[in-house]
Amino acid sequence: MAFVQKFFVRLLYAVILLTAVLVLNFSMMHLAPGDVADTISQSMGGADQEVLDQIRAEYGLDQPFLVQLGRYIGNVLQFNLGYSYFFNTPVTDLILQRLPATLLLVFTAQIMALLIGVVLGVISARRPNGLASHFVTALALFGYAAPVFWTGILLLIAFSLKIQWFPVAGMQDVTVSGGFWVHALDIAKHLVLPAVTLGSIFLALYSRLSRATMMEVLGSDYVRTAKAKGLTEREVVYKHALKNSLSPVITLAGLQFSAVISGAVLVEAVFSWPGLGTLAFQSIIARDTPTILGILFFSAVVVIVGNLLTDLALRFVDPRMGGK
Amino acid sequence: MSGPLLKVENLRIELTTRDGIAPVIDNLSFELNAGENISFVGESGCGKSMTALGIMGLLPEKIGRIASGSITFDGEDLTAASEARLKEIRGNDISMIFQEPMTSLNPVYTVGEQIAEVLRRHQGLSTAQAWTKATELLDAVRIPNPQARVSDYPFQMSGGQRQRVMIAIALACEPKILIADEPTTALDVTVQAQIFDLLRDLQAETGTAIMLITHDMGAVAEMSERMIVMYAGRKAEEGRVDEVIEHARHPYTKGLISCVPHIMQTLTEERHKLTEIEGIVPSLREFGRNNCLFAARCELVEDRCLNERPPENSFGKTQKAACWRAEEV
Amino acid sequence: MSDTVKVPEEEVVEARSPFSEAWEMFRKNHAAMAGLVVLVLIVVAAIIGPPLYAVDPFEMVWAPFSPPGVDGFILGTDYLGRDLVAALLGGARVSLIIGLAAAFVTVAIGVTVGALAGFYLGWVEEVLMRITEFFQVLPTLLFSMVIVALFGASLPMITFAIGVVSWPPVARITRAEFLRIRELEYVTASRASGAKNFKLMFSVILPNALPPIIVQSALMVGSAILFEAGLSFLGLTDPNVVSWGQVIGSNRQYILDAPYTVTIPGLAIFVTVLAISLVGDGLNDALNPKLRQR
Repeated sequence: MAFVQKFFVRLLYAVILLTAVLVLNFSMMHLAPGDVADTISQSMGGADQEVLDQIRAEYGLDQPFLVQLGRYIGNVLQFNLGYSYFFNTPVTDLILQRLPATLLLVFTAQIMALLIGVVLGVISARRPNGLASHFVTALALFGYAAPVFWTGILLLIAFSLKIQWFPVAGMQDVTVSGGFWVHALDIAKHLVLPAVTLGSIFLALYSRLSRATMMEVLGSDYVRTAKAKGLTEREVVYKHALKNSLSPVITLAGLQFSAVISGAVLVEAVFSWPGLGTLAFQSIIARDTPTILGILFFSAVVVIVGNLLTDLALRFVDPRMGGK
Repeated sequence: MSGPLLKVENLRIELTTRDGIAPVIDNLSFELNAGENISFVGESGCGKSMTALGIMGLLPEKIGRIASGSITFDGEDLTAASEARLKEIRGNDISMIFQEPMTSLNPVYTVGEQIAEVLRRHQGLSTAQAWTKATELLDAVRIPNPQARVSDYPFQMSGGQRQRVMIAIALACEPKILIADEPTTALDVTVQAQIFDLLRDLQAETGTAIMLITHDMGAVAEMSERMIVMYAGRKAEEGRVDEVIEHARHPYTKGLISCVPHIMQTLTEERHKLTEIEGIVPSLREFGRNNCLFAARCELVEDRCLNERPPENSFGKTQKAACWRAEEV
Repeated sequence: MSDTVKVPEEEVVEARSPFSEAWEMFRKNHAAMAGLVVLVLIVVAAIIGPPLYAVDPFEMVWAPFSPPGVDGFILGTDYLGRDLVAALLGGARVSLIIGLAAAFVTVAIGVTVGALAGFYLGWVEEVLMRITEFFQVLPTLLFSMVIVALFGASLPMITFAIGVVSWPPVARITRAEFLRIRELEYVTASRASGAKNFKLMFSVILPNALPPIIVQSALMVGSAILFEAGLSFLGLTDPNVVSWGQVIGSNRQYILDAPYTVTIPGLAIFVTVLAISLVGDGLNDALNPKLRQR
């Protein structure tokens, strides 16, 4: 089946990409002045050359570059991303602890931006001079120009500090107790502002594209045919036109995953959201090499998975993209 | 049957352009009887498609409107009908197929679905019933292996096949009138012939009246009983195809026919010189003026033509021509 | 045959250079002109501001958290009692310099990669495009953060870190333009008359590929400014230099007491980037449809 074949090609390609990421990151770490042993000795309060050499031998730092690289990649394949000296935990555990929070934020922001963006696009395509359309134009300008951390802080000031609708920071309130739904609601409350902040940039992009695509589609020949068949307005717009305007927007969303993760780093900082972004920041400051590498690797994985999911979604929306 | 199925009287359709309002259809009157097959002929820009869109109520929203006149279909005035009523008629009593089969079908739905939805909408069929009927219709338009192809997407079909699907959609609810706007212009010559054969056969089976819009005189000669020649938004000539071809009464028609030697060879023994009509169609700005719009290209032009719009002269019971010197043509 | 065909009088059109035509179109675009004016103001402020308003942004000149307008400080003071106006002016310099420099690096890398890929095709294109995709998979901010953290947070390094991750979109556009233009007639003519590859690429194709590249470069200045703001917000910046993002970052904990220390610098970033994108959009409208008809 062509579909399965295509999937495996994509998978293979993804693997190669990830290996390249690993190689690049590892090389960068090595090029940088100072190394792991220095960091450890710093946290130990200084150490003499003998101890440093011992640490280096222990962590294989005295081996040639390629050997170290090989060891590292070998470890990764066994799901071992190393050990964090700073946090005193295996990197894999660290990341898996924080990953769900970031995933929640990233996917909520993307989906929200897509849904609202498409709705806005449909409304403003039908009334190009209406309120929705002007809003889309304004949003497109402002969404791009406003630094995401600034937007986040503004929202924080407005909705958490001045009008106290939403909590100020974090993902959960530790004092809340109860069953699954109680906790879910609590997390949702904490999620609103960060997700809206992160999503706003992409909402600007998606709504503008959706409007342009929808306008084009509404002027197309097959929409004219649909009208000539005597179908209702609703059927023409929501059945015939809408499905055709979705693919460009979904494709764009797929391409934005790496930007969404970058944005998430900043948003997590603003809202103290306990995700990979905050972890990345902390480990970068602490020169915690294995953790940094692990996070870079994982974010590449998230982007690639996001791309694959986007392709799947496209397949549903546009039969020409399938392996039919 | 009392009276014609479709009666268009003094129709005036206006388009809002950058230079002002232009009457893209200017005082057009004609009749179409049940089961009849007529052709609208003329060069591009003469308003033939606008007439069709006007009948269907599908004029481009902000820029086109029916300024005056009436379109009476089966006793009902379509120009006064509500949008809801027009939606009931479209695809159901009056259907239309268009020129570009490659882009006229929705790429993301199966052809079966695009046929079935008309049946569900107008005839209230269930999903299963509509699907079965859709398959039957594909068979009726001569698409081989219809059971398999009914779940195909348009991109899996050729241009000719897509046009057949369009015909299937148009005839699904057994309309009284089928308007075909240049249905074969975008297709290969061999496929053109097949489509026309199909249309003729289907008409014989269903008794649908066909309004064919074309610039191809050859197609007119093959398909239609009567023809209406349009020029710059006005009716230049009207009549039975055989009598018009034998003796056209408008200089423009004469020019059109002489461009297509083979139809004359089959109908008369004389061979006319192959002529080209010099000049170009007037721009939209000039439509609506009170003179003969063909005057600039006409061999028989005289002063009257430049200052007054010619009246319609009748020749026999069925032929009419709008020319000051129609008798001499 | 009567000759009553009237030929409409032809309007005499003056020939103009494409640049003045583009400028004319740009001028008519009110939003773009507004953006340009604002931008010029900001540039002027950045150049003559610090010497004129000779306050050291790092010096504690007054009591902390003095609100705007009080005691002669138009924009107030921050948590250490430092003058916010001085911070804004100093930050303007940094943002503009890094914005331009990073955009330059971005465009230099992007155009080179795109031109080579779009010109040579074959395996060169394949390899270069894979590299481009690779850089697009990596989250840019994270990657730059790592570079800056590893190799030091000096202005040149920050510029490099931003430039080296932002070039893929420029490369794509350049490649697309090269692919389109290389098929056009005047390129084939040049090639037929024996022009060497290098000359073809840079003297014949590239000048015609410029319009979308110029537009993208303008937008890149805006993204570089945002990028730098993000890095400095997180503290990854040269501590000896004041930067808008850094002001926001260091005052973040005090938004309850003194929100203006955060909102005002953010507004500065916003206005600057907005002005740049308006100018960029104006350039797009002015350059693209016109020059393409050449």
